[in-house]
Amino acid sequence: MNQAIAVPTYNDEVVRKFVIAASFWGIVGFSVGILIAFQLAYPVLNLDLEWTSFGRLRPVHTSAVVFAFGGNILIGSSLYIVQRTSRVTLFGGPTLANMVFWGYQIFIVMAALGYVLGVTQSKEYAEPEWYADIWLTVIWVMYLVVFAGTLVTRKESHIYVANWFFLAFIITVAMLHIVNNVALPVSWMGAKSYIAWAGVRDAMTQWWYGHNAVGFFLTAGFLGMMYYFIPKQANRPVYSYRLSVIHFWAITFLYVWAGPHHLHYTALPDWAQTLGMTFSIMLWMPSWGGMINGIMTLSGAWDKLRTDPVLRFLVTSVGFYGMSTFEGPLMAIKVVNSLSHYTDWTIGHVHSAALGWNALVSFGALYFLVPKLWNRERLYSLRLANLHFWFATMGIVLYITSMWISGIMQGLMWRTYDALGFLQYSFIETVEAMHPYYVIRATGGVLFLIGALIMVYNLWMTAHGKTRDEEPIALAPSASSAGN
Amino acid sequence: MAEIEKDAISGRETTGHEWDGIKELNTPLPRWWLYTFYVSIIWSIGYWIVYPAWPTLSGYTEGVIGYSSRAELTKELEARDESRMVWTDKFSALSVEEISKDSELLNYAMAGGRAIFAENCAPCHGASGSGISSYPVLADDDWLWGGAVGDIYTTISYGIRSTHDDARLGEMPNFGDDMLSGSQISDVAEYVLSLSGGATDNTSAERGTEVFAEECAGCHGENGEGMQSMGAPRLSDGIWIYGKSKQNIMSQIGAPKHGVMPAWVDRLDDVSIKQVSVYVHSLGGGQ
Repeated sequence: MNQAIAVPTYNDEVVRKFVIAASFWGIVGFSVGILIAFQLAYPVLNLDLEWTSFGRLRPVHTSAVVFAFGGNILIGSSLYIVQRTSRVTLFGGPTLANMVFWGYQIFIVMAALGYVLGVTQSKEYAEPEWYADIWLTVIWVMYLVVFAGTLVTRKESHIYVANWFFLAFIITVAMLHIVNNVALPVSWMGAKSYIAWAGVRDAMTQWWYGHNAVGFFLTAGFLGMMYYFIPKQANRPVYSYRLSVIHFWAITFLYVWAGPHHLHYTALPDWAQTLGMTFSIMLWMPSWGGMINGIMTLSGAWDKLRTDPVLRFLVTSVGFYGMSTFEGPLMAIKVVNSLSHYTDWTIGHVHSAALGWNALVSFGALYFLVPKLWNRERLYSLRLANLHFWFATMGIVLYITSMWISGIMQGLMWRTYDALGFLQYSFIETVEAMHPYYVIRATGGVLFLIGALIMVYNLWMTAHGKTRDEEPIALAPSASSAGN
Repeated sequence: MAEIEKDAISGRETTGHEWDGIKELNTPLPRWWLYTFYVSIIWSIGYWIVYPAWPTLSGYTEGVIGYSSRAELTKELEARDESRMVWTDKFSALSVEEISKDSELLNYAMAGGRAIFAENCAPCHGASGSGISSYPVLADDDWLWGGAVGDIYTTISYGIRSTHDDARLGEMPNFGDDMLSGSQISDVAEYVLSLSGGATDNTSAERGTEVFAEECAGCHGENGEGMQSMGAPRLSDGIWIYGKSKQNIMSQIGAPKHGVMPAWVDRLDDVSIKQVSVYVHSLGGGQ
């Protein structure tokens, strides 16, 4: 950077906190995920206690990984990125930023405590009751003020593409959260409330929320991270500015329509199902625009993949993103959905995106951020980061392949008839048949967690200024001398 | 603006902006990407023309082929019912006894009964009627309320101690409630065990003989052979619903559990009940 303009002092203190929180909640979320995966394979692990039953721990897992791990790394990196790409420190000063941080952590704890104690409004990914919803709304508006305020006071003439995605993420999530959670508490002193929407309208609102939580939290927000960390780590310009404009607006316009594909063949009117399905198909290419821009940014820097595990995390995550955003529209087609819906295929799809895309890009971001935030020259160990990469990748492969097989098998067993026209399999027979795949899935989860623990150790040592005495990652000697 | 900057490696122009060292190339949209996007939009428009798609003020666009998922489902169900009619008509007209004597109908009842059983009965009675602790095994010849196919049909239809008016009723009295002392219960349990050769204390079993004759034989029979009209289990065959230990038997005398079988007339149609009755009758030793 050869700018003559002085670099302002950025608020990295709050970003450090978000990074620590993301690492912590990541380990918590993965661990609970493994526990409930084993509970499905071995129900005795429910321990016969209400607090440790699958039904209560499942939202602990989903909220911990999506909102606690994903949310912290999203907010943290967005605050890191918006300062640098606007060349100005955070709007509202350290106090407001700290309130966002601590307020968000309090929300996470409030939500998780509720789940374990059985307080839930039974809306998937929106389980927290009204008091936690109101709290989150206040925190989210503060986050919007910090982020948008920083953009407004920016010293760059244009807004960088990563910040478009972050802004779309923040605004849309606010809208989704508020509309889906309109509820009347039974009393101001009690946790219980009733949702304003009823029947199929509630179902539609819920999946409008649920699908766009995927679209704007897990896609738009994480694309914002991708648009900063990949060009920075690869040290290459973004592949196509035009593509970024078109696919940003296409995603923003099309995604909000796709929710009804979660309600195919239900009481939802046919016309709404049609719209959900067709908009999902039209969403395919706009989603892939992000993948193209991520991967093609490496043009001229492909060799770095051999030596830089951080870049490998980032690029592989974009690969998984591309795969999942192809599989998603495919599963939204009604005939495919009639086989895949309610089966483990859906779980496999979600995790190829959540583990492969969201988690891997987050790991890449954490490896990028920690040395910078703690003013260290480099990571403690690139080799450990590489080891983490392989543990994580193996874990993902085991997870998604076992769930594909198990899910498609389950769907086929449900629809198999015998020669006289009776169902061939009872429900419990399909559950028995899935058992081995449940064990494989849980094993994949264990590998994934081991990788994450290696990362936390690596980041911890990095923050403490240590460097591991190790050989650099390079090509095998014979290959390198023969090649370049 | 100054002259346009070019990226050295790709030869592409940049947009001239830079954020924290990041530049952007002005690469045009990939053609294949753009055309695939167009195709997906055109396909969607075509789909909207054919199928119900857009809400209007008073309804929705119905599409040119008049598709409705509800109508499609109704049609499929009707087709299914029609294909089964050749059997189901006979099932409605004939009794379970007549059905079991007709080899063709029996074959059909077995196939349908197996599917119905696996979905509705197996959760308590186990796969293929192998039983679960506290629920009777159906794959043996020990029948609480009768093992003829007609008896089974009645039991499945109305249930045991269910809420249905025609339910089979019969209850083991609570002998622990001031009727027998602790030692009497212990003795009579030993005696009951001795009926299938399982007693551990013969003098105690001997003492239990008298209590059994007075209190138990009325329903369970003088030699513990059971009484199906009361649903009183046979005690001499070593088959136990609530466990075979002396402790299990004592608690079933002193504080008995009374299992409930639901009345399936409320949940299954008569043809299905007939099929599953024939199936259950075949499992182990139907009489």
